[in-house]
Amino acid sequence: MFFTICLYISLAIFLIGLVYKIVTWFFVRPTVASQKIPTSTRALSALKGIVFTVLSVKILTLLKVFVLDVLLQRKVLRESPFRWLAHILIYGGFMLLLLMHALDTVITVAIAPDYASTLNPFMFLRDLFGALLIIGLAMAVYRRFIRKAPRLSSTPMDTYAVIILGIIMISGIFLEGAKIGSYTRYQEMVEEYAGLEEGEEEYKALTAFWVKEFGTVSPDIKEPFEQELLESGKELHEMSCAGCHSKPQWAFTGYAVARATRGIALGVDRAGLPKLLWYVHFLACFIGLAYLPFSKFLHIITSPLSLLANSVMDKGVSDPANIATRQALELDACMHCGQCTARCSVGVMFESIQNVNILPSEKIASLKKVASRKGVGDDEFKVIFNGTYVCTNCHRCTDVCPAGINLEDLWFNTREDMFQRDYPLFLALSPLSFYRGLLREGIPQDDYQKPLNRAREAIVAECDLMKSTDKTVTLTPTDTGLQSGLLISDQASTFSACFGCQTCTNACPVVANYENPKEVLGLLPHQIMYAAGLGIRDLAFGSNMLWDCVTCYQCQEQCPQGVKVTEVLYELKNLAVQNVYKD
Amino acid sequence: MKFALFLGCNIPARLEQYESSSRAILGRLGVELVDIADFNCCGYPIRNIDYKTSVLSAARNLALAEREKLNMLVLCKCGYGMLKKASHVLREYPSMREDVNAILKKEGLEFRGTTEIKHLLSVLYHDVGTEAIKEKITKPYSELKIATHYGCHALRPSEIVQFDDPVNPTLFDKLVEATGAESIYWQSRLECCGAPLFGTNDELSMDLAGKKLADAKQSGADYLCNACPYCQIQFDTVQRIMMSARGENHALPSILYPQLLGLSMGIDRKVLGLGMNQIDVTGIEGFLSERETSVGNENKNV
Repeated sequence: MFFTICLYISLAIFLIGLVYKIVTWFFVRPTVASQKIPTSTRALSALKGIVFTVLSVKILTLLKVFVLDVLLQRKVLRESPFRWLAHILIYGGFMLLLLMHALDTVITVAIAPDYASTLNPFMFLRDLFGALLIIGLAMAVYRRFIRKAPRLSSTPMDTYAVIILGIIMISGIFLEGAKIGSYTRYQEMVEEYAGLEEGEEEYKALTAFWVKEFGTVSPDIKEPFEQELLESGKELHEMSCAGCHSKPQWAFTGYAVARATRGIALGVDRAGLPKLLWYVHFLACFIGLAYLPFSKFLHIITSPLSLLANSVMDKGVSDPANIATRQALELDACMHCGQCTARCSVGVMFESIQNVNILPSEKIASLKKVASRKGVGDDEFKVIFNGTYVCTNCHRCTDVCPAGINLEDLWFNTREDMFQRDYPLFLALSPLSFYRGLLREGIPQDDYQKPLNRAREAIVAECDLMKSTDKTVTLTPTDTGLQSGLLISDQASTFSACFGCQTCTNACPVVANYENPKEVLGLLPHQIMYAAGLGIRDLAFGSNMLWDCVTCYQCQEQCPQGVKVTEVLYELKNLAVQNVYKD
Repeated sequence: MKFALFLGCNIPARLEQYESSSRAILGRLGVELVDIADFNCCGYPIRNIDYKTSVLSAARNLALAEREKLNMLVLCKCGYGMLKKASHVLREYPSMREDVNAILKKEGLEFRGTTEIKHLLSVLYHDVGTEAIKEKITKPYSELKIATHYGCHALRPSEIVQFDDPVNPTLFDKLVEATGAESIYWQSRLECCGAPLFGTNDELSMDLAGKKLADAKQSGADYLCNACPYCQIQFDTVQRIMMSARGENHALPSILYPQLLGLSMGIDRKVLGLGMNQIDVTGIEGFLSERETSVGNENKNV
């Protein structure tokens, strides 16, 4: 009764949770573009899309992806055979246990009508599947918590997943072990199935046989036994028990536990521990089931969906409503395996810029938060945005994601969204924006240009002198620290050798591009060198020239004084940004 | 000849034909390439904002190649410049090297400075040699005029990159001429393509690209030739964008050097990814001479 109530409660929570998750995929608006599409349209488009896809030749693609990526997980194999083996063992063992053991009354009985959990091959297979799962779990624990791959982090959710699986498995094995030795369980079975006619003598014979061969621990009937007694016990066993009880040695994990705990088996049995273990085992299963939609185990459902959806969807071709829904689903499809981070092209930068949002596996969790209705505060937003922009769009995260999530699209779209907020992102003033430029035709002109101007304006806003229209500049606000600050780059401090010959400015292709360069660029290269030499920070930081430098090194190559003009400009850019952050 | 192939970020994601064509020609020329899957960003894109981080990023690549005891073959000129610069800084400045190595140590890596960094063109010119290249050419070009774009970060700062003479480089021209094509002289051949500003100041970036394209065209070039993903994307993808954004049509397609060389070696156009360039370059096949012989002495352009 208690069991049934628990089962239905956890099943109900699981189903409600699952429906809730599915509904959110149609509500969550991961991007600005998706905000204009109402939920009803998204639901209808999804339905239409699924029906049309299933009825078209694309069904072949779906089948192929289902076999190769969902079942066989070739993407994981390609990246790491170790992780593939661990995962195949966990998921294979888990699925087989679920189907054959947990759902035995539904599935196994339907396939094998004479099924009994104590009968081979089922008894052996149950332990085999369990053992495979445990080996996989141990490998996962080794990878996550012992070997610790660089920049792989573990969240409480990862730990929960390992712990709940561990509890289910260990309680199951110990339960089996305790039952093998349990005299109470033996007595129950004798009563239920044996039908002994001649009472005491037969009972003694059968028990002796079970103590000897089946690991039962009896309080009074103990080894050694006479051969005769065993013979008659064996006969009784074959008559009454063998039909539905194989030798427990086949349940090798449980039997090993039974062997090891033989000495305390009687006490364990009397204390009712088998019953307790049984509660732990099924309650852990039910907690796992009820919590599944809210835990990382949801990926059992979402990762295959993401893989399948991505295999038949194309940017620019597929319905934008469906792309929005898919991206919302993708936020739930990540199981935090860390493969993207392991292969991230800029992952190493996290070591010097301590922002976890650089790492794709962490970034996706933050973006989920941004996309949720609660949103994030200003400070958190800044950190997320900066981290998200440190990305060279190399596509590697997307290529290796075992859930097939189109991460690159997700990054790009969410970055564009974040640009809508009034926050100056200085990283945008670097070649990290190259990819965005290549996609500019898909971005409204205003939206495209605004963040670039905003970042420049924010830097100039810190430079009071740039705002003055007065042509005279006093030399009093000299920053003597500027010169010593320009030291990290190779010989950037050489600007003090500048005597203002303007060779750098004459060599500059950017200066040459304008009829009136000073109007567009502010200070020209030789003037910046001079301003830096005088320690006039505002002028050195505030010129457009700094951000319009193409870093072609013509100036530096031609300087007769050996001033490392380009290096100075590089470093001034670094400092100008730090100057804003300082306040 | 064995190198660790450094692709960087742009090539696998946006310019696959550069990789496939480079592998094809290097394979024929007996250059063995080793792939190091752990290579990461060269550091160049973040140098504007965070110099130390860019050096760290570069250093990790150098340390990875060092661990395999390999020299690096770099396809990207910005990546080449960045790696060269970082290697120089790390060797010259012990405090920088200590900081970087302290971080790399966590992954069991260390920068010691034993790896040599070479660009594709330097390997072809210095290690393979134009004579060996000519021997492999079966369909030399004739009457084809090529404008070579050298690329800033390969040439300058010359004392660090040491690619070629920064004022009067000839390495690229000689490699082009080995294919039978004529490498023309043009005024702005050593200027910047504008790519470093694309995405941050598109107008200026397109101005610079436009000027170069106009100059090369006026100097009689049939095609522009590159050996850098940034430059190639600038003269291919961005040139296409310029047509729609500015109505500017220079009609000067840009081809990657390994594509140019590969065709004259008789390598399949599909392997060279000829159809993947955004501005059609397939017309260049019309310049290939039909005779299946080596370039030999009769070629006047060599």
